[in-house]
Amino acid sequence: MQAAASRWRQPSILPGFGLALGVTLTALCLIVLIPLAGLVLKAASIGPAEFIAIARSERTVAALRLSFGAAFLAALVNAIFGMLIAWVLVRYRFPGRRLVDAAVDLPFAMPTAVAGIALAAVYAPNGWVGSLLDPLGVKVAYTPLGVAVALVFIGLPFVVRTVQPVLEEIEPEVEEAAALLGAERLRTVFTVVLPAVFPALITGFVLAFARAVGEYGSVIFIAGNVPMVSEIAPLLIVIRLEQFDYAGAAVVGVLMLLASFLLILLLNLLHGGLRRRYGHV
Amino acid sequence: MSEAALTPSPARPARRAGGARVRGESRLVQAILIAIALVFLLLVLGLPLASVFVEAFRKGWDVYLEGLSDPDALAAVRLTLLVAAIAVPVNVVFGLAAAWCIAKYEFRGKTLLTSLIDLPFSVSPVISGLVYVLLFGAQGWFGPWLKANGVEIIFALPGIVLATIFVTFPFVAREVLPLMQSHGTADEEAALTLGASGWRTFWTITLPNVKWGVLYGVLLCNARAMGEFGAVSVVSGRIRGLTTTMPLHVEILYNEYNTVAAFAVASLLALLALVTLVLKTLLEWRYADHLSANGKH
Repeated sequence: MQAAASRWRQPSILPGFGLALGVTLTALCLIVLIPLAGLVLKAASIGPAEFIAIARSERTVAALRLSFGAAFLAALVNAIFGMLIAWVLVRYRFPGRRLVDAAVDLPFAMPTAVAGIALAAVYAPNGWVGSLLDPLGVKVAYTPLGVAVALVFIGLPFVVRTVQPVLEEIEPEVEEAAALLGAERLRTVFTVVLPAVFPALITGFVLAFARAVGEYGSVIFIAGNVPMVSEIAPLLIVIRLEQFDYAGAAVVGVLMLLASFLLILLLNLLHGGLRRRYGHV
Repeated sequence: MSEAALTPSPARPARRAGGARVRGESRLVQAILIAIALVFLLLVLGLPLASVFVEAFRKGWDVYLEGLSDPDALAAVRLTLLVAAIAVPVNVVFGLAAAWCIAKYEFRGKTLLTSLIDLPFSVSPVISGLVYVLLFGAQGWFGPWLKANGVEIIFALPGIVLATIFVTFPFVAREVLPLMQSHGTADEEAALTLGASGWRTFWTITLPNVKWGVLYGVLLCNARAMGEFGAVSVVSGRIRGLTTTMPLHVEILYNEYNTVAAFAVASLLALLALVTLVLKTLLEWRYADHLSANGKH
């Protein structure tokens, strides 16, 4: 590849660049860019005063706060348990390890609506887990806590799949050196291993957070959807659309878009470069 | 480190007093950590998956099959297959074109183009549907014109297909792109020098090199296309038997408290997810080296 580097900058002899780029740009513009521009235009066309009025209305603020708050909580839970799961999968050998490894991707493959009704069934007061928590006075389904549970489900693979490859690549020599120098195991883990995987852990956290903020299907079945209490921002968009309040929907949509762009920007700043594998499937 | 560890002999215990264990935790700590991880996975993934099938078969096979053979359910299955049959090939064509021009050429704005292709992943599914409603809905930019000309996009098949293509947009491109990049351009240049046409070079050199990546992308793209809920629910209008895909039909049945039928249809989708997962895992094990350009999935 290095020998070819200088040639790469010259005009290529491979044909089809115009066609391929044409197809790519046409599809990108028609499917993604023009529709997104339409959303921004719509929100801009209502004027700054009304935009701010909608953005600062109690219901919008409550919905955004719940979406971002629950997503943050869920991403935090995922960062802790995702790290643990990655660790266990990489470092230990136990029966069924490969099965568990494959199962981690379930939230990527499972349709969100199916996940939603299944989580609602399990965590409802008469469900398998809900019935155990109910006597303790803990209600999960149909509360904001339920929102967080659904977001933990869909965010988990992001953390595991970001941390896992980094953990696999840590040289055993580094840990051995630490141990030989007299560090206890726990100290080795916290001063040698964790700093090495920390950037990946942060990336996984941000990816899980970004995905969770916009999640809709798995949440609405378990959330209860009470306005101001357990109504997430994407649901508010849907409700506004059903009321044919396009401006209201567009404002919430633009606020969410803005937030996810800021998150991507933050991620890129954190890593000081382009993340090619941004946002796992 | 003692000599014992450097020249291990089977006669001597590997672990000596004073803790010569260099890497790894004691068996007890391992067991506890594994147990915590497994319980967490059981609570978050295992039980919900199991509950889909338990709820679906709660009243036995007959009721289960009854839920599935309902005409509206069958219509939903047909619509889902139709949408995937349109969206997935579109994605393959687009994904190959995008990967070809990004992987095989150097040009300005390449980084920007790559980020723009990934853009749909960072957009909420609901917004993916919303943008089309704002364009083509009754009060959207083109709404009045479409109505005057009798073209239905929102609350009809075209809207559902568009929203599905939007959310699955990056799937094939992102699997194929790193693979094409890792192969470089030497093979294609050799073929062209030997007199092959551009298309022939693509079909006989480039495509076979990335075929497993394409298949991998198709697999994930198809699962998302068939299971998409948020984007499709915004543009579908939920006209029973006409514009309800399987996930939307699940929602309708669930909201009608027809739980068994809802879980019966959901069990088909869960099965699709499991099959996708198994195929994906097999591809990763069997063709790891053909997919490895972008590392672990």
